[in-house]
Amino acid sequence: MTLARAASVILAKELRTEFRSRELLGTTAVFVLIVMVLFSFTFNPTSSESRRFGPGLLWLGFLFAGSLMLQSSFLREQTNDTLAALRLAPIDPFSILAGKMAANFLFLLIVEVILLPVFAVLYNVAIFPVLGQLLLVLTLGTIGLAATGTVFSAVAAQARLRELLLPLLLLPVLAPVLIASTEATIGVLGQPSELSLVWLTFLACFDVVFLTAAWMVGEYLLEE
Amino acid sequence: MATPHASSSNGGSSPVRSPRLRIDFSEVEKRYGMRLALRGVNLSISAGECVALVGHNGSGKTTLLKIAAQLTQPTHGKISFHEGEAPVALDEVKSRVGMVGHHTLLYDELTAEENLIFFAKLFGLTDPAGKAHAALEPVGLAGRAADLVRTFSRGMRQRLSIARALLASPGLLLLDEAGTGLDPEGQHWLASAIQRLCDSGCTILMSTHGRNETQAAVTRAVRLDGGKITHDSGVGGDPKKVLVLAAVRESESDSNSEAES
Amino acid sequence: MATAATTPAEAPSRGAISAPSILVVFLLLAAASYGALIWAPTENTMGLVQRIFYFHVSSAWTGFVSFIMVFIGSVAYLRTRAPKWDWLSVASAEVGVAFFTIVLVTGPIWAKPVWGIWWTWDARLTSSFLLWVLFVSYLVLRTLVDEPSRRAMVSAVFGIFATLDIPLVYFSIWWFRTQHPQPVIGDGGKLDARMGYVLLLCWAAMLGVMTLLIGLRYRLEAMRSEVDAYRMDAARGGR
Repeated sequence: MTLARAASVILAKELRTEFRSRELLGTTAVFVLIVMVLFSFTFNPTSSESRRFGPGLLWLGFLFAGSLMLQSSFLREQTNDTLAALRLAPIDPFSILAGKMAANFLFLLIVEVILLPVFAVLYNVAIFPVLGQLLLVLTLGTIGLAATGTVFSAVAAQARLRELLLPLLLLPVLAPVLIASTEATIGVLGQPSELSLVWLTFLACFDVVFLTAAWMVGEYLLEE
Repeated sequence: MATPHASSSNGGSSPVRSPRLRIDFSEVEKRYGMRLALRGVNLSISAGECVALVGHNGSGKTTLLKIAAQLTQPTHGKISFHEGEAPVALDEVKSRVGMVGHHTLLYDELTAEENLIFFAKLFGLTDPAGKAHAALEPVGLAGRAADLVRTFSRGMRQRLSIARALLASPGLLLLDEAGTGLDPEGQHWLASAIQRLCDSGCTILMSTHGRNETQAAVTRAVRLDGGKITHDSGVGGDPKKVLVLAAVRESESDSNSEAES
Repeated sequence: MATAATTPAEAPSRGAISAPSILVVFLLLAAASYGALIWAPTENTMGLVQRIFYFHVSSAWTGFVSFIMVFIGSVAYLRTRAPKWDWLSVASAEVGVAFFTIVLVTGPIWAKPVWGIWWTWDARLTSSFLLWVLFVSYLVLRTLVDEPSRRAMVSAVFGIFATLDIPLVYFSIWWFRTQHPQPVIGDGGKLDARMGYVLLLCWAAMLGVMTLLIGLRYRLEAMRSEVDAYRMDAARGGR
């Protein structure tokens, strides 16, 4: 069974599980919303200030929410030890990681896309003219978040205090993504809107480096 | 990487394959941190044997089964599989092994049917939906196919777990106290299922606690104590003695530990 | 246990804790201190306090070398599963964090008298701070996993990710600063030749200290592992 096929079967299962209850998506979206509202109390959201501070706070919100949401990725597999069931199957262990990374990427992206209009309204930013570019930045940043987060979720699942541990591990490592995504978003939302090739290429590099690292060492995390 | 084997793992239409799998444990040792779960285990299980693993908790039965399932690697020594004279690659063997463990290995948030279809797909079976339905019948869960596993009783989950293990018509079945949680009717069904599988040539390695119906099909008994094999009735030997001995030892150690505490 | 038997023999040869090596490092440090505090010319604008720059910068470079050793140890552990690589990783991580602590402490000490502020979010200091946090996380992770082989495995994976992150951290912060320049606090001013020599001497001294410390910490970890092995043998024998 090829890696891609096994990963897509696992992806389908993750999607089915989540869409049945939608509890993870819903809770995460609400969390980011709360973060956005709270942040808006910390400065005066006039138009120009919003454009400067808003994107950073938006991405901070995504990172915090993401690091909480990603916990469940491997914790879910600990009830009933379904991780063992996955490892019993004649599939490449990396396909388990790959399927979950893809699922987490989609979940995070969905939350982000839902909250984008809310962000636009709360901070008085015009997103529709630059929607395509925004989505590009969102995608590249979220790939890094999902890939690294899924691997670290597997790491944290083997330790104590995992609720605290995952953000502790993830946030420092993702600092470059925060910087790059924020800067790129500010550029896109600026007047005139500009798409920073440097930051986008950087994000793409980050994604490639960490996806490769995950591919090479990730499966060791699943061993017993 | 798996070397493609002549007998493909994609199950055809025949309900049971008899791949005649033999397992050899040689000098297997497994260490968890400071604890030695298995030490110097040498065991050869021929194709078609139905072996009972007995011993009290912590004697290493589960660890041995996990190593056979390749869920964990031995810290020393190795296991190997053969079909007749030809060795079978470890990756290839995985598709022919079914396991029932301590946990149900099922997703509570999916239906019985969805669980089985998912695992059927991962095992590379053709017609996963058909195989899933076919597996539900014998365990009496066909009527509950569309219900979430979360709503199942302990006994029903255990039966579904067994159905999952049998999905790919395994040549090697590993059972870790599969009878727990089953009512007498369920135990009876399990015993006859084991008998049927044994008759059709499936190699079975099962850990069992005490006397129960499932022991009827047993052809060999191996006793573990503190990670070592203490008694082995051997191929073609009489398992009854070891089983009785094990039962006696167990009740002894139970009363000892009661006396101590 | 094969590994326990080989460690006492291995440990002394690795890390060079012998008396001559301690003496060498001590001499290097003495020379470096003399060079930094006395021999190097006083910088025009910043005066005496600028001398701290030699230790500040050389500590940062040494911290890097330590973290590269975490990478080497982590990769080697995943390849070979030999515990000694895990010992090297944890020793290097701790020593690296120690050196970056020096960087983070000397930075403000230097900045306050010269520029009047304790902290600045300039590229180098920010990057150092982030690196420090990153490897403190590595150490925290280790305290939260009890089983030794699992801890080694998990640390090795995180260690690899953390070290791969280092260039990405530096670039992103640097480019950010290029886009949003602020008065640079950074350098030791213009470096004349004597200052250059002293800096290199300081670095050599720091590398010597690093090697000693990693060696000591490695030995400690090796001994801990040996004690565990003896305990296990005792448990085994008791059965």
